[in-house]
Amino acid sequence: MWDFPLHPPTDSSLATRVDHLFYAWLAVSGIVTIAVFFLIVYFAMKYRHGSRAARDLPPGAKLRRESHRIEIAWIVTPLVIFLGMGFWAAGLYYAHAAPPADATEVYAVGKQWMWKLEHTGGQREIDELHVPAGRPVKLIMTSQDVIHSFFMPVFRIKQDVLPGRYTILWFTADKPGDYHVFCTQYCGTDHARMIGRVVVMQPAAFQRWLTRGNATQSMAEEGAARFRQYGCSGCHGASASVHAPKLEGLFGRRVQLSDGSSVVADERYIHDSVMLPRKDVVAGYEPIMPSFQGEIAEEDLLDIIAYIKSLRDATPGEIR
Amino acid sequence: MTQAVIVARQFDDAEQQRKASDLGMWVFLATEVLFFGGLFTAYIATRLHDPQAFAIASRLTNVTLGSINTGVLLTSSLMMALAVRATKLGSGRAALGFLCATAVLGVAFLGIKFTEYVLDYHDHLVPILDFSHPGPHAGGVENFFYLYFFMTGLHSIHMIVGIVVVTVLAVMTARRRFTPDYFTPVELGGLYWHLVDIVWIFLYPLLYLVSRT
Amino acid sequence: MSTDGPSQGANSAPSGGSAAAKPQAWGDHASNDGPPRGANSAPAGGSAAAKPQARGNDASAGPMPTPRSYLDDGFSLWSWFSSVDHKRIAILYAVSITLFFFTGGVAATLIRLELITPAGDFVSAETYNKLFTMHGVIMVWFFLIPSIPSTFGNFLVPLMIGARDLAFPKLNLLSWYLYIAGGLFTVGALIAGGVDTGWTFYTPFSTMFSNTHVIAAVTGVFVVGFSSILTGLNFIVTIHKMRAPGMTWFRLPLFIWAMYATSIIFVLATPVLAITLFLLAIERFAGVGVFDPALGGDPLLFQHLFWFYSHPAVYVMILPAMGVASEIITCYARKDIFAYRSMAFAVLAIAIIGFLVWGHHMFVSGQSIYAGMVFSILTFLVAIPSAIKVFNWTATLYKGSIHFDAPMLYLLGFVGLFTIGGMTGLFLASLALDVHLHDTYFVIAHFHYIMVGGSVMAFLGAVHFWWPKITGRMYSDRWARFAAIIVFVGFNLTFFPQFLLGYLGMPRRYHEYPPEFQVLNVLSSAGASVLAVGYLLPLFYLFWSLKYGPRAGSNPWRATGLEWQTPSPPPVENFAAIPVVTAPPYQYSAMEIAPQPPRSRSAPAPRERGEGPGEGIPGKDAV
Repeated sequence: MWDFPLHPPTDSSLATRVDHLFYAWLAVSGIVTIAVFFLIVYFAMKYRHGSRAARDLPPGAKLRRESHRIEIAWIVTPLVIFLGMGFWAAGLYYAHAAPPADATEVYAVGKQWMWKLEHTGGQREIDELHVPAGRPVKLIMTSQDVIHSFFMPVFRIKQDVLPGRYTILWFTADKPGDYHVFCTQYCGTDHARMIGRVVVMQPAAFQRWLTRGNATQSMAEEGAARFRQYGCSGCHGASASVHAPKLEGLFGRRVQLSDGSSVVADERYIHDSVMLPRKDVVAGYEPIMPSFQGEIAEEDLLDIIAYIKSLRDATPGEIR
Repeated sequence: MTQAVIVARQFDDAEQQRKASDLGMWVFLATEVLFFGGLFTAYIATRLHDPQAFAIASRLTNVTLGSINTGVLLTSSLMMALAVRATKLGSGRAALGFLCATAVLGVAFLGIKFTEYVLDYHDHLVPILDFSHPGPHAGGVENFFYLYFFMTGLHSIHMIVGIVVVTVLAVMTARRRFTPDYFTPVELGGLYWHLVDIVWIFLYPLLYLVSRT
Repeated sequence: MSTDGPSQGANSAPSGGSAAAKPQAWGDHASNDGPPRGANSAPAGGSAAAKPQARGNDASAGPMPTPRSYLDDGFSLWSWFSSVDHKRIAILYAVSITLFFFTGGVAATLIRLELITPAGDFVSAETYNKLFTMHGVIMVWFFLIPSIPSTFGNFLVPLMIGARDLAFPKLNLLSWYLYIAGGLFTVGALIAGGVDTGWTFYTPFSTMFSNTHVIAAVTGVFVVGFSSILTGLNFIVTIHKMRAPGMTWFRLPLFIWAMYATSIIFVLATPVLAITLFLLAIERFAGVGVFDPALGGDPLLFQHLFWFYSHPAVYVMILPAMGVASEIITCYARKDIFAYRSMAFAVLAIAIIGFLVWGHHMFVSGQSIYAGMVFSILTFLVAIPSAIKVFNWTATLYKGSIHFDAPMLYLLGFVGLFTIGGMTGLFLASLALDVHLHDTYFVIAHFHYIMVGGSVMAFLGAVHFWWPKITGRMYSDRWARFAAIIVFVGFNLTFFPQFLLGYLGMPRRYHEYPPEFQVLNVLSSAGASVLAVGYLLPLFYLFWSLKYGPRAGSNPWRATGLEWQTPSPPPVENFAAIPVVTAPPYQYSAMEIAPQPPRSRSAPAPRERGEGPGEGIPGKDAV
């Protein structure tokens, strides 16, 4: 038997609330559409030429007054309803905009034509995202090449991923299950094949999956290795002869730049410092850092960022 | 001797034709404003992205030549306005003189601009060709010069068209084609010239004067 | 009696020698032939009848020879390709856009064939991506945007306002040549292997990654943009400066208001597209630019610039259709439009507010959430004038006298389908809901309801309504009504399932899809086959009518409007003498009752006036 769902599977409280909004609009649209269709058909039938319906209209001034009243009614009523629903939707959107501070972080890199995901513990996945149920999960995403979009219908959320920027998507899954992940920003030949699954697991099962996973070391440890591999410690390490900004305790701090402005050292700042080092030059330093554009893949850079994050509480001189 | 006004067949009379032509030119100028407006938007967005780069880059432009050019163009607009007025008053010879002055100043503008371009080329400031900037914010500086050449280049193309138009008007003036009753093409040509001037008035500070105070 | 007898009414087409009476021309019985009189004047007030005035160079002293129709003014190809007559240019456009429509339709057919099965087994992924790109590029820029303005706008604007031509006829011809030149670039790109960026050309894919003929395609669009700009400029100046005496702004037909609002958008929005595509082409060609983050640029800048044009562009696609709706619904309801001024201000409001909502295409693009909120509110506001128009058309039917000719069927369908399309736009304007629906089939269904269920149906209605005027022939109303119903059914079957697909999560621009989406896709493709039949049918009976259809009188529908006060097809100079206007449009209630001609069983019913106690009361004020 063919069952006919109107909505995809639902696995978060946000998804349910979005469905409510959808059904409310369905009701409003349905009423308006049916009313218009009904009136058109009714008038067309009743007043078809040759019918005996009464067609006399009130005299000019009265007709104008009544018409004005009707017009105002059908301007104000839809306006109030539309704006009301608009504010409902905006409120829902705004409330969900900022992820909770304790969300589990997962990094995602979209590239033609696959999704590469990495958990902070170093577990890597391609086109699959394992997450625990009942805990907020925050995706920090970027693109290796063109604009993609990470879409999970089950949670009713999506977010474009852009090259050179990090965008955020977060959700809290309710129950275990296996759901679609789609790329929804056209990105080239195999756009339709850039699909995957989000696998929601019971927390205990998820922990087991993490330990059983393919991680040999955590993202931060991986990042430390990359940091040495690409020669970053040559300038940023304690024994460097070059005058370079210290990275211990950097992440999350406010940095003074050479043009007098200041910026918070977040993922984007680190990314740009590595890829476009002439962009945000730190005050008191020469712009001598070379660019690693094209040399470091986005997911490796995420490891390095994770490493630098792990130095948040370190003291200067710890990097060798 | 002067010729009668020729009214095209779709118009009722000369007055309607003149008003229609006038409105047509104003609408066209509106499209030009929007056309350049897109470029100005790209400039603003790119500058907000890296303001320091734009400050550095702007100081690398040739502000002397740019300022001279601004004076040249403003003067040419004055000449054009005087040409329109002279035509309106029936002083054909004065109008011809002013139109020629406008065209000459326009050519001078282009000459100075071209000189600037050559100097910029020698300073390795031309993207696509052989841009190189050793200092910080190189990417932003290159973006600035990309926009600089695009915007001034587009402006120069409009200048060339304008010079051609003014030259044609001068020839028509010499042939006594215009009278105090009929000088619409001069008026419309003047409007176009002034628009090209106004675009430059915006380009000049945005390109030459960033961080030069 | 305001109408002339049938024998004079027949064969009003003054073309050549075929004036031998064909009295069975069924549209003629109620035609208003004879010298053009003061248009729209209440015939009951006989003294208000024409003061035909000689204007301009047409000194009208003495009897005029029967003017040639514009169709008979030269038969060579060169006479057509060099004509600056707005009517001929309209025909040039009509033929061209029809060719483009079917080209885009072929692409759509192949898309729907592929989507019958979940696997990508009909065409390769590359081909599929090129198909939906070319479908979008061709349909948007080479069919929809010029469809009503460049054909019916060109043909009717001078006629409706009582002018002899547009303000700048040569510029008009240049517009068509620019359209063709742009079309050649785009077709060239198609033949050379196609473009696969989507009609939206998002960067950096289009600038740095696509391996197809992007520059050729965007050059084509760049060039055709100037065609629109010049058309808009021409309309604005014509409407401002060349209205007939007595034709004040609030006596203009609503079609003219719609053309005016559309022209404002043409003139102000299209240049931004032009410069954006120019920047894109240079970036792709030279590798420098402001759209690529790897070069220090911003891909969102492209999106803002692109949508700043492309959102007003969608209003270009619907406003002319709204103008057509007001003309046709009033005629076949035999009633004045409800709330004329509201209708006029509504099209202006849509045009203006339409410039402020472009960011609603970018809610999940990475733009700030506060920008999203502002754009969302403004989008709700722009829906209000559209809603006003829908309610007003519906109210126009109230106490009218409704006829169900093909044009009316198309336009009644338009009102209903536009309502659905418009309401679903509100789903998308709702931020939290758009996060789910963006870039899914819901969006595709929404805009096809407006563009196809709305604009294309209105376009077809316009074709059928003004066909007698343009060609001087009547077509078979029975076949036309049949086609209208096929189109309506086929359209809904094609696109309604796509709303469901979208909410279920099927993304757009997908060459293949998970199997659970198949049933709805099959329904949609089945609908497309019905829709195709509906679109092909008019080709047959309309072209048949050109040779075999009965000749039309000047006003077979007994419509108001100056275009109906001149022969069908119109003479080259439009009017023997420029009419003087003394009344607002749509004064159907003031028309006299004509005697009912006898109805034969085989011939279709001749035009009948609405009967009923309320009809024909003179002096009834329009609302």
